[in-house]
Amino acid sequence: MVSESLIEIEGLNFSYGQRPVLKGIDMTMERGKVIAIMGGSGSGKTTLLRLIGGAVRPTSGYVKVAGEVVHKLKRDELFRMRRKMSMLFQFGALFTDLSVFDNVAFQMREHTDLPESMIRDLVLMKLQAVGLRGAHELMPAQLSGGMARRVALARSIALDPLLIMYDEPFTGLDPISLTVIGNLIRRLTDALGMTSIVVTHDVQESLKIVDYVYFIADGVIAAHGTPDEVRRSVAPFVHQFVHGEEDGPVSFHYPARPYAQDLKLEGSFA
Amino acid sequence: MPRRIVAGIQSVGHRVIDSIWRLGYASRFFLLTLIKSGTSLRRFTLVIRELYFTGVQSLIIILVSGLFVGMVLGLQGFETLQRYGAESAVGTMVALSLLRELGPVVSALLFASRAGSAITAEIGLMKATEQLAAMEMMAVDPIARVVAPRFWAGVISMPLLAALFSAIGVYGGYLVAVVLIGVDEGSFWSQMQSAVDFRYDVVNGIIKTCVFGIAVTAIAVFEGYDAAPTAEGVSGATTRTVVTSSLAILGLDFILTSFMFRGMG
Repeated sequence: MVSESLIEIEGLNFSYGQRPVLKGIDMTMERGKVIAIMGGSGSGKTTLLRLIGGAVRPTSGYVKVAGEVVHKLKRDELFRMRRKMSMLFQFGALFTDLSVFDNVAFQMREHTDLPESMIRDLVLMKLQAVGLRGAHELMPAQLSGGMARRVALARSIALDPLLIMYDEPFTGLDPISLTVIGNLIRRLTDALGMTSIVVTHDVQESLKIVDYVYFIADGVIAAHGTPDEVRRSVAPFVHQFVHGEEDGPVSFHYPARPYAQDLKLEGSFA
Repeated sequence: MPRRIVAGIQSVGHRVIDSIWRLGYASRFFLLTLIKSGTSLRRFTLVIRELYFTGVQSLIIILVSGLFVGMVLGLQGFETLQRYGAESAVGTMVALSLLRELGPVVSALLFASRAGSAITAEIGLMKATEQLAAMEMMAVDPIARVVAPRFWAGVISMPLLAALFSAIGVYGGYLVAVVLIGVDEGSFWSQMQSAVDFRYDVVNGIIKTCVFGIAVTAIAVFEGYDAAPTAEGVSGATTRTVVTSSLAILGLDFILTSFMFRGMG
């Protein structure tokens, strides 16, 4: 029987040198869901994606994808697993020397022996799904930011993966492109039966499309729940984050010496 | 004072260890490139595409420079040789200078600045824009797919470019010495023919260009792959490619020449 959860993370610790980034993360992600991982900049969200993809090894703990512990896989086994997953990078990471068509066809040509006529049909279908069939002859430099993100999305669904990871998919997009990308993530996840993990700090847009949310702060899971639970949450961190408040558990001020001491005002009124 | 001395020694030690570590990393990277060359050789179209960028697009600078270097050699050669009444040997001088030294060395230096820097910048920018990371995540090895085809394209195009450089250089020498100055055409070519030895001059020149091709391209792909993923990192890597390759070419040239032409007339 196929397990309900696609990803299981237990006791995950990760440090860059002496600096701990993730501290004891436990998560379970079910198949067919869109899961958001939210948190401030530098909170370890992207590192978590890199750990799931096997790009870095945990200091302790493990990530299991489809029942396999990622960091224990050999390189060829890891590459075999990666064919079942995809990652959408922050700015698309399209191959700038290839056309839109060749970008989407890239994995098909690398990993399959499909005839060119079939690749053509498949690529056009994938581009149609993101609304850019008409742009298949363009080069990445000719695309707007939103279009590049959509081509990258078409490329990441090229081989119908089980899992897509999105690293900040909404960064730098206009409101229309933002809605388009958000809706595409939801629609493609449902239509292709995939699981999607969206790393983002765009609260309002992502709460509209996701099934479950994890908040990461200072390397630990600060809160988690469904979008409704998150909206209703009175936990100080979640409230500050969701409502974009300036001060709260995440302080406005960077830790510093007392202000008066820095301005050398001590004793001046004595 | 002693603390300063200790810190100085420590900093020298750090630099030495870093350099050795980087050399080891570069050697490992070079070996990996060779091991992972299977894809490039199986799908040779990948190499052909890069041959166009590194080889064909370097043609103009190589041909124009070769022509002018040959013309200058013709002028200087004539000027010097006529003092000894040996101006008909100008063809020999032009051909030997080009085949043994100037062809391989100057074309390799030009290749390092034109193609080597372009390879480094391209791979460095691919890294900075996460294209290499994306490829890794697609279960495609960037060393096999991006680095190896560029490496082989460089190794193949370098000897061809140097051969064209020498050929057009000889023609440049002919233009100046025979057409412009009026050295006898028959003796220009016949002396060249009798003095140039295929094994010692041509083959040794080809061996040099192959070694330079490997050195320049290996340095270029490594610097690109190792570049810090920022604008500053890529520009630094591009500069290092040109500087390191140029020094490598000149150093290797001395070593090769001392082995190849030892005790020869």
